[in-house]
Amino acid sequence: MAEYLVQFGFPVWLAYGGIAVVQCMILLGIMMGAAATFTWMERKVSGRIQDRLGPTRVGGRFGWLQSPADGIKLLCKEDLIPKDADPILFRLAPYISFSASFSVFLALPFANGWVAQHLNMGVFFILAVAGLEVYGVMLGGYSSGSKWSLYGCIREAAQVVSYEVPLGLCVLIPVMVAGTLDLVTIGNMQQGWGWNWMIFHSPFMFVTFFIFVTCAVASTNRAPFDLAEAESELVAGFLTEYSGFRWSVFFMAEYGSMVMVSGLGAILFLGGWYGPIPVAELLGLTHANHAILGWLGDLLGACNFLFKAFLGVTVMMWLRWTLPRLRIDQVMTTCLKYCVPLAAAMFVGVVLWSYALPGGIFPRKTPLGAVAEGPTWPAPQATGGETP
Amino acid sequence: MAIEQVDPELVEFDVRTDEMLINMGPQHPSTHGVLRLVLRTDGEVVTNVVPHIGYLHRCAEKIGEKLSPRQWIPYTDRLDYLAGMNMNLGWAMAVEKLLDLEISDRARHLRVMMCELNRIASHLVAAGCYGLDLGSFTPFLYTFREREKILSLFEEVCGARLTYSYITPGGVTADLPPGWLDRCEQFLGEFEEVIPELHAVLTSNEIFIRRTAGIGVLSREMAVNYGTSGPVLRGSGVDWDLRRDGEVRVTKMYEDYKFEVIVEVEGHYPQDRDDYPPVPPEAVLGDCWHRFYIRMIECVQSIILIRQAMEKYRQCDEPLGEPIKTNQRLPKGEAYLETEAPKGQMGFMVVGDGTAIPWRVRARSSSFCNLSVTGEICRGCLLADVPAIVGSLDIVLGEIDR
Amino acid sequence: MNVADIVERLKEELCEGVLQSDVQCADPWVEIDKDRLRDACGFLRDTEELRFDYLHCITGVDYLEPDPKKAKKIDWEPHFELLYHLSSLQHRHRIVLRIVLPRWQNDEPGRLPEVASVSDLWRTADWHEREVYDLCGVSFANHPDFRRILCPEDWEGHPLRKDYETPQEYHGIRVK
Repeated sequence: MAEYLVQFGFPVWLAYGGIAVVQCMILLGIMMGAAATFTWMERKVSGRIQDRLGPTRVGGRFGWLQSPADGIKLLCKEDLIPKDADPILFRLAPYISFSASFSVFLALPFANGWVAQHLNMGVFFILAVAGLEVYGVMLGGYSSGSKWSLYGCIREAAQVVSYEVPLGLCVLIPVMVAGTLDLVTIGNMQQGWGWNWMIFHSPFMFVTFFIFVTCAVASTNRAPFDLAEAESELVAGFLTEYSGFRWSVFFMAEYGSMVMVSGLGAILFLGGWYGPIPVAELLGLTHANHAILGWLGDLLGACNFLFKAFLGVTVMMWLRWTLPRLRIDQVMTTCLKYCVPLAAAMFVGVVLWSYALPGGIFPRKTPLGAVAEGPTWPAPQATGGETP
Repeated sequence: MAIEQVDPELVEFDVRTDEMLINMGPQHPSTHGVLRLVLRTDGEVVTNVVPHIGYLHRCAEKIGEKLSPRQWIPYTDRLDYLAGMNMNLGWAMAVEKLLDLEISDRARHLRVMMCELNRIASHLVAAGCYGLDLGSFTPFLYTFREREKILSLFEEVCGARLTYSYITPGGVTADLPPGWLDRCEQFLGEFEEVIPELHAVLTSNEIFIRRTAGIGVLSREMAVNYGTSGPVLRGSGVDWDLRRDGEVRVTKMYEDYKFEVIVEVEGHYPQDRDDYPPVPPEAVLGDCWHRFYIRMIECVQSIILIRQAMEKYRQCDEPLGEPIKTNQRLPKGEAYLETEAPKGQMGFMVVGDGTAIPWRVRARSSSFCNLSVTGEICRGCLLADVPAIVGSLDIVLGEIDR
Repeated sequence: MNVADIVERLKEELCEGVLQSDVQCADPWVEIDKDRLRDACGFLRDTEELRFDYLHCITGVDYLEPDPKKAKKIDWEPHFELLYHLSSLQHRHRIVLRIVLPRWQNDEPGRLPEVASVSDLWRTADWHEREVYDLCGVSFANHPDFRRILCPEDWEGHPLRKDYETPQEYHGIRVK
């Protein structure tokens, strides 16, 4: 995009800077919208699951007024900082969490080439930056000056850091099969019919997906792994002393990372922006035919991707409203005794499978393991050299 | 700063870190009211728990010395406010014992019906809140949905949903409204279908079992020695239920009723039907899981009792009888009576001095004794087990603090 | 074993320690000399045929008529009674132990009457004795954790005593 503007005589700094701001604004909008949608959705899903009378009736048509009402309530709440809290760190913490959660979206493609910053090591970037979110939580818990918050943040640190190991292993497996860290390329490899999806690569990959789901839920701190909040044990964990706007920033970060892991799972395992039936290709909505048609195809892909991400988030909500919480030792046992060895075994399994059946069982359009020509559009960004 | 440990009761660890004192409550989501637990923790491990109570003390016994027995009934509602009917019953029967009063059969069947309905309601709250204590929200709303139906039934009978003041010395305040028995029968039918659902989301859930089985084990001897009662006592394998084993006055109320006392016998419970989960191999007698399960199965017993009571009530056409007057003189002497409330043995004592106002009123609370074991069974557990254990004791602070 | 037999056994064991008894009334009771309480409790709990393993409740009753007009009509001396409701889950019998105490130790107003704690025999007694101390003002010797339980620790007086006067205020909060 920026190159496009430069062609029209814009100064380079303005072109890149302007585009960066625009992209950030779009992503911020997406994230805010997602947070509002998900609060609404969480209410609706929990209301249905729990047979509640309130959420299924209140708030105008489809309850859309509830989310704005929530937002207004949170903004109008008194801005409390406990006497014993470290005022600077206490204020800073939510924004660290939010920034980390938000930055991830810079490298997350929504469709073929629809990515703010096309990185050729996108997976790596996402894992690294998503790992930063825990710092916000730790700072928030530590600076609150409350023992419950301290417990929450220590738990969070122990849990999230541990779960990064199996999560990384699970992510590594599709990456190894694809032979690239580029999310756009990985997504494009799964073009075609549903059996081209990475999850159907091998039985080992299938199992890996479920380990990934477990670790993803755990690393986003959602029930049944929400030990850092654990309201029946730790009052509200690291959030105990937070209220109003700062609390809602933490909340948005949580929803952001939920979308992020769901999206990552969709790209790595569930075909990314390609549906089980290649509708776009069958209808001829490809860039090869016409730029507009290609754009429409990408739009369809983006919808596909968002649908999968939302599905992932819904599953997380479903889990949250169904399962009791695990105890801290059980959480750590699940991670270290089950997830890590299993993921490692799956890694070996997939290696052997790929060695024995290099082409997989089903014929693929794009052979896995070979880095394809890269994204079809925009081609020059494939090197990831663009830095605003 | 390592604290010098001299107390032999404290738990020893391989790795000793600094200890921390934490106040759990009185404003804490899972202490079921205003209980305050002072936890001495070493990391996630709790080395000592000291319960502090009295935040809800309302001088009920002192007030009872100024009011006549009928006037004190609303105060009994507010003891265990989740089982107001059973509290009314305890007090009514204690006063009847002092007055040596017999009630009509019709009133007796009504009492059984109400008390067992209230037992279901109380156990539903216990089960739902226990889910909440373990981090599972949904069962809470399922159980409250059912409880609301019971409260609506009560509302029809006595006009109140929580503080009934329905059962009085001498009988009950009012007869049933027309059509009530059919609505009650309809509720029982609906509720029976919900029980397997609750078992599915709680009792047999893998995480639930892992969180409760083998946690907070209360041995049989300790349960008796601490004076625990109700599901806590039976959860430890003591076959004791005042409805069957109590004083004549209590057992007479359940005369010619058929029911079973829910207690584990060789790894099985009576009435554990095929669609109810079996005892998991991890569970140890006296742990949180057993206490929880007993409440769930007791609900089934209560359904059976209510059905019998409704049948007997239908066949009974003698008059209901009149409750005692507010200014009824009490004879000199004292009477102590315990009844089987949902949370355990609720004892009331009334000392009469020849006037209408009792000389002394005493409420022996079951939750009070049940709670006193926390310090013992929480020692050495994890922080997350404290709500699990306290929740499994099913305490109500209104009854503990009185 | 019926109540009369239990009382007989107690009399054999304690001789003059058993002061009075009534086995006919609704709650059969035995009055024990307050210095022999622990002997009686230990005997009741540990004897095989008695096996009183369950302490229901400890109740303190203050017998004092604060109204001087009514006080003329009453036929008893002011005193304090403690009631121990015991039963045996094994043998299914029950009994009430009654201890009569002076309202004040040595008749010095302000000195609480004292009796031995039984909280090592039945742990139920632990909290119940604290409650009796808190509300009725009876001191229990050798109690492991003797402090108030329901009232705040700095509360003055024992509310269930008949001569108790509610304080005007507590830490600046109006009480009366």
